[in-house]
Amino acid sequence: MKKHIIRLLPILSIGLAVLLHNEIPNSTLQPQAEKPYFTYFLEILLGLYIICVVVSYVSKAFGEWLITKAPLWAGAVLLLNIINLAFSKYAMLPVLYFPCLDRVFEVFVTDYKLLWECIRSSFRLLAWGWLWGAGLGFITGVGIGFNKKLSYWVSPFTKVIGPIPPTSWSPLVLSLFTTSYHAAIFMIALAVWFPITLMTSSGIQNVQNSYFEAASTLGAKKYYRIVHVGIPAAMPHIFLGVFYATCSSFVTLVTAEMLGCKSGIGWYLNWVKSMMLYSKVYAGLIVLAGICTFVLTLIFKMKDKILVWQKGMIKW
Amino acid sequence: MVGEIKIEHVKKTFTNPDGSEVIALNDVNLDVEPGSFISLIGPSGCGKTTLLRAIAGLDLASEGAIYLDGNQVTEPGYERGYAFQQATLFQWLNIKQNIAFGLKARGVYKKEKDEVDRFIKLVGLEGFEKSYPHQLSGGMCQRASLARALVGHPKVLLLDEPLGALDAFTRMKMQDEILNIWKEHKMTMVMVTHDVDEAVYMSDKIVVMSARPAKVEKVIDIDLSRPRLRGQDAFLKYRTEILEILDFAGHVQEAEYFI
Repeated sequence: MKKHIIRLLPILSIGLAVLLHNEIPNSTLQPQAEKPYFTYFLEILLGLYIICVVVSYVSKAFGEWLITKAPLWAGAVLLLNIINLAFSKYAMLPVLYFPCLDRVFEVFVTDYKLLWECIRSSFRLLAWGWLWGAGLGFITGVGIGFNKKLSYWVSPFTKVIGPIPPTSWSPLVLSLFTTSYHAAIFMIALAVWFPITLMTSSGIQNVQNSYFEAASTLGAKKYYRIVHVGIPAAMPHIFLGVFYATCSSFVTLVTAEMLGCKSGIGWYLNWVKSMMLYSKVYAGLIVLAGICTFVLTLIFKMKDKILVWQKGMIKW
Repeated sequence: MVGEIKIEHVKKTFTNPDGSEVIALNDVNLDVEPGSFISLIGPSGCGKTTLLRAIAGLDLASEGAIYLDGNQVTEPGYERGYAFQQATLFQWLNIKQNIAFGLKARGVYKKEKDEVDRFIKLVGLEGFEKSYPHQLSGGMCQRASLARALVGHPKVLLLDEPLGALDAFTRMKMQDEILNIWKEHKMTMVMVTHDVDEAVYMSDKIVVMSARPAKVEKVIDIDLSRPRLRGQDAFLKYRTEILEILDFAGHVQEAEYFI
């Protein structure tokens, strides 16, 4: 019985939000949207949730999962509801910076082409920068980790270059590279390269020597020990590096796009801010949050696959 | 029969961080017959493990030489299997992958696949092939570690207090299991131990070493039939004899010889 009530919580929460949104008129101070887009959004949510509920009666495992999530979702909708009351209905905060939710959701309808273009552009930039940075970072890290000579010559270099915020290279990089696109890739790659290099090399250097000894008494030669002992044993460290690197790549992505690029979500945010279109700023932030969450979730899924042998390291 | 170890005038010195030298082994000479089971026993810190590591090729002797079947030991190799004090299983590999590690590293896994399953059975780990080391108890990890060292059919198995971390009952059970494996495969066994009972129970010969710098104090032949009884008079006589040598040498430290 209790489970049924929990399952209904999000529906009640959405119902309450729709009711209040329709019954209480928007504040006259707020510029109005053409259509009640917030209601549309809530209705879509309701539709999706009802599908979830139907599935939960078919699949027991999904049902269990849904019950753990339902209160959280209900709470999230309640929070939106409160924000809607504060912003749209009673205009408690300056209306220029805190637009009504109808107008925020309107942006996804009116600007979807541009937003989609920006998402694609940001992803392309992030993917190229991340792949270059992670690849080179891994190679540098493994080199420093295993080769004393390389460590002697290269690690001071990484220690000096690494901690500099990557975007502070922009004055130099923007004039060196022919396009701001390539400059941005370079800065993102730099942002990703450092944490991965550092965590890979320190991970490898901290592998217990007994693992290498055990491997060598089993007949493993040096190269085999590097690939099959050193690197896997350092994987938890490497993933920590990947996590830091990814977070710092988001910062660099947005800053780089704000600096020189002509597209991308960072550029979009900067542009709509300069036009004082704060409803679009919120929409852009929502999109950005979506991108970051998506990428990090992807990375943690990858981590769970590779580090099955380990009990939970970083929770996400 | 292969697996003959000759240790000739082996000296091993370590340099302290302050530059002073410590002599860990001084002029150690020892011949180990192929297929025999010998134990190295002595006060802690006397260099037993150093000697064992030198045979494995993990640390090389500063002077003198060690030969296995006439070939000088210069680096680690699978023909001298090593069971560490801690199981040191590779945490990122499951039990089966751990045991197969050496065969894969040497590129002979395809040919000797069946050996992996045979050794998993031999050490009683069927059903745990897919488990990861952190999911198993200490005793099970130690068994897996033994299987890993044995699956490549080493000529010599070097045991560095492999049972030291186990509780008394598991330990006695594992002693019998090691003896069974030895009986079946007849490789040369060299075991470092702190436990006089364990040494007398398992060995053909016991090498009693003196405190640092370690030298061979006495080699005692254990002339008892197998399987041995721990309470037997002759067993206790050997036990007393060894304790007396260590006492006489004046190097017995606390109660480390009792479980």
